[in-house]
Amino acid sequence: MERDEQEPTMSEPTKTKYDRQLRIWGEVGQAALENASICLLNCGPTGSEALKNLVLGGIGSITIVDGSKVEIGDLGNNFMVDAKSVGESKAKTVCAFLQELNDAVRANFVEENPDSLILTDPSFFSQFTLVIATQLVEDSMVKLDRICREANVMLVFARSYGLTGLVRISVQEHTIIDSKPDHFLDDLRLNNPWPELKRFVESIDLKTPDPIAHKHIPYVVILVKMADEWTKIHSNNLPSTREEKKEFKDLVKSKMVSMDEDNYKEAVEATFKVFAPRGISKEIQEIIDDLYAEVGSNSSAFWVMVAALKEFIANEGDGEAPLEGSMPDMTSSTEHYINLQKIYQTKAEADCLSMEQRVKHILVKVGRDPSSISKQTIKSFCKNARKLKVCRYRTIEDEFSNPSVTELHKCLASEDYSSAVGFYILLRAVDRFAATYKRFPGQFDGGDIEEDASLLRTTALSLISEMGCDAYELPEELCNEMCRFGAAELHVVAAFVGGIASQEVIKLITKQFVPMLGTFVFNGIDHNSQSLTL
Amino acid sequence: MVLMDAPQSKSRDLDKLLLRSGNLVGPGFFPGTDLRDDIREYVRVLVVGAGGLGCELLKDLALSGFRNLDVIDMDRIEVTNLNRQFLFRLEDVGKPKAEVAAKRVMERVSGVEIVPHFSRIEDKELDFYNDFNIIALGLDSIEARRYINSVACGFLEYDEDDTPRSETIKPMVDGGTEGFKGHARVIVPGVTPCFECTIWLFPPQVKFPLCTLAETPRNAAHCIEYAHLIKWHEVHGGKSFDPDEPEHMKWVYDEATKRAELFGIPGVTYSLTQGVVKNIIPAIASTNAIISAACALETLKIVSGCSKTLANYLTYNGGEGLHTKVTEFERDKECLVCGPGILIELDTSITLQKFIDMLEEHPKLLLSKASVKHGKDSLYMQAPPVLEEMHRPNLSKPLYDLMGRIEKDTVHVFGTALKNEEKQSSLTKLRVVFKEVDGVADMDTATWRMNSKRKTPL
Repeated sequence: MERDEQEPTMSEPTKTKYDRQLRIWGEVGQAALENASICLLNCGPTGSEALKNLVLGGIGSITIVDGSKVEIGDLGNNFMVDAKSVGESKAKTVCAFLQELNDAVRANFVEENPDSLILTDPSFFSQFTLVIATQLVEDSMVKLDRICREANVMLVFARSYGLTGLVRISVQEHTIIDSKPDHFLDDLRLNNPWPELKRFVESIDLKTPDPIAHKHIPYVVILVKMADEWTKIHSNNLPSTREEKKEFKDLVKSKMVSMDEDNYKEAVEATFKVFAPRGISKEIQEIIDDLYAEVGSNSSAFWVMVAALKEFIANEGDGEAPLEGSMPDMTSSTEHYINLQKIYQTKAEADCLSMEQRVKHILVKVGRDPSSISKQTIKSFCKNARKLKVCRYRTIEDEFSNPSVTELHKCLASEDYSSAVGFYILLRAVDRFAATYKRFPGQFDGGDIEEDASLLRTTALSLISEMGCDAYELPEELCNEMCRFGAAELHVVAAFVGGIASQEVIKLITKQFVPMLGTFVFNGIDHNSQSLTL
Repeated sequence: MVLMDAPQSKSRDLDKLLLRSGNLVGPGFFPGTDLRDDIREYVRVLVVGAGGLGCELLKDLALSGFRNLDVIDMDRIEVTNLNRQFLFRLEDVGKPKAEVAAKRVMERVSGVEIVPHFSRIEDKELDFYNDFNIIALGLDSIEARRYINSVACGFLEYDEDDTPRSETIKPMVDGGTEGFKGHARVIVPGVTPCFECTIWLFPPQVKFPLCTLAETPRNAAHCIEYAHLIKWHEVHGGKSFDPDEPEHMKWVYDEATKRAELFGIPGVTYSLTQGVVKNIIPAIASTNAIISAACALETLKIVSGCSKTLANYLTYNGGEGLHTKVTEFERDKECLVCGPGILIELDTSITLQKFIDMLEEHPKLLLSKASVKHGKDSLYMQAPPVLEEMHRPNLSKPLYDLMGRIEKDTVHVFGTALKNEEKQSSLTKLRVVFKEVDGVADMDTATWRMNSKRKTPL
């Protein structure tokens, strides 16, 4: 049963400390972070750095699982251990450092090898919101993935290996209402105005002789009128060809009476908003057509609202989603602007009310409490209805046993990104190598690096064959570099990879912004990193 | 499986890159303990800024084999820093960032020496910057970047055939972040574009038109800026507005609220007021960690050659999925800052004073109150007064003589330039070439040449 979060209250000093991040994800996002419990597997620099960023941000609790002791070599790559801690439990040492960074976080540790824990106590992981699994080999990844999917615990893998590495989210489904895209077309309905907007526009005379009034008419009014004029002459069609679009633009320009009319300049620049197709995007269409939109008693709040959205679009929405309701700034008299704003707000509120009723009705239909989804949640859903996102991730097992050959070939065809594919393959190949020879290629000095390189190449080639891209010629240099890396965990690479992992964790927990899809493969040689969705 | 008898090295992981030969490496890469030890012993890196990026950079560099670091920052620690500047604790609030950062890293990473400089970057002698092999920037303003860029590029010298002289190249690594976005770039003066070459990358800051603020406000930000930029001066006359003074901020907030109420505009909050007035950039630990790591990695690669380097600009966006992109920008050959310098042809009779006057008129420079330096010699300094007085006699001497009677050389001029209606400190390089005129001062010809460079007649 789904319950919404309570209204978060934050003390003044806390608000100040977190001010710079509250401006990004707000108090609701912050509350989600503070209610989350994270498990970290392996606290070498990759895991430690990932966790550091989360601790600084105020994550609720952390539990570090690592059975190793601090070695002298660790002093050269891990900021959270120091000379005094050599010989001590690494988990304990890192935990103590992180606790110092933020005493509001509950920090714990378990001195155990993660690979063993995965085998002997899978139920351990059910208590967490999310697990960050660092430096795991293939075999453990597959096993942990199964455990977390079963327990419905979110999982993020991160690995640093020499100058390469990867980050991969593994979650059955992650739905986002507040996706906060960088650039998104505003919802002005210039080419599809509703009655109240039409009436307002009609009440304003574009041909007014008063020059001040003329240059303070907001472009929304200008374009709604022009679009209407156009469609009347063109059998209800909007400008679609290049020539038509230019003609429309010139038509708008022709209404200017003097050179300093910023409102008309804005109108000309905003004509593309008139050309934008009416109705909903392909992506939203896919979401409302999704299987999960056929809701039952176990459906999440997200899908119940999607079901309501589908009904809304088919009925009172008349092909459109609920109105977003806000207007961008534009040259206008204050009076016109405020009035227009009210019109947009009123319609958005009416659409939201409609959605609320539909949501309640659907909840009752599937045997749930009609008040179990709050008005606030529905309001947020309505505002973001055109920006919804659904992220789904293949299981690690599926990806490893059946990677997408089309995607592989696509990346291999690009000169810049083919090395990312090479590293992806090599990261898997080194794990196979280790399973066979009980060490990573080139891991120890004094060994025969050339021989290891040759063995690694053989391993990689058989993997490539398995993956179905035999045509790929793994560059020898890449293979040799992988041997040279010798499974080194460099601090700067760990900080980069760990940084990315922590950021994905934040997006997953706050349910804001959009998490990455696929596997991010880091290329520290020339920074041509690439995400591969296999 | 550790070989028990072999003594463990602290640089166990770094050694793999520094001691082993590789395939995809930089030019002139000589792996071995000498390389590793030389980096430890001799390489000096300057970290500019000890904030979100600076803290991460210091840690990253200290754990990448560098032992001699300096860090410069003029600010003191504030509570709002604590969500990402991990070297600082609540009890450090009020202390100089550079000093606390240096101390914390030295406590944890034994063997590293970090010299803190609690000062403005402009207050350091130019020679200070020349002592470093490479400069890593963790700054939050375009002006500061421009300044360091002009200093580093100022050291650059060119050969006869306009090839940069490698021993005068001072590489920089620059990072910047905002929310989930960031960039990391490598600047090798004379080879890659410098900061000034690609200044068009940075869009101008949003400024609201005055008439909007004064007559037709439409949103909360307009009301706030009205109170901040217009009403404040009306009421407080000459007193300047201090964004760090809570009383001043509250006054702006109250006035903005009044105006918003008058116009029926919603949305004025104290938080928004601070954001608009201070131009607060949202910031989180993860983006800073990512960008700094990229910068530190490039620093290691540039200094050691242990791998190829970023060519030359990395953009990063982690808000909508995850996107990184490398763009190879090209140098602007005419760049005022990293180019061979503006050619100035002079008569041997031109005095230093006339030269300084010319700089003010020169269309590409418009430099007023110029101080002039020739190599290590200051020919004239506008400040401080004691040095100005000392150099004043030079003003009446021919520049040719002051420069040692050589046919041509590079001269650096430093003053105030008018750029985009704003006055900015500017350091520029000039290539001065003297035209011999029979060894006799020819004032008429000199005057004519000066005029030909003026935009307006005498």
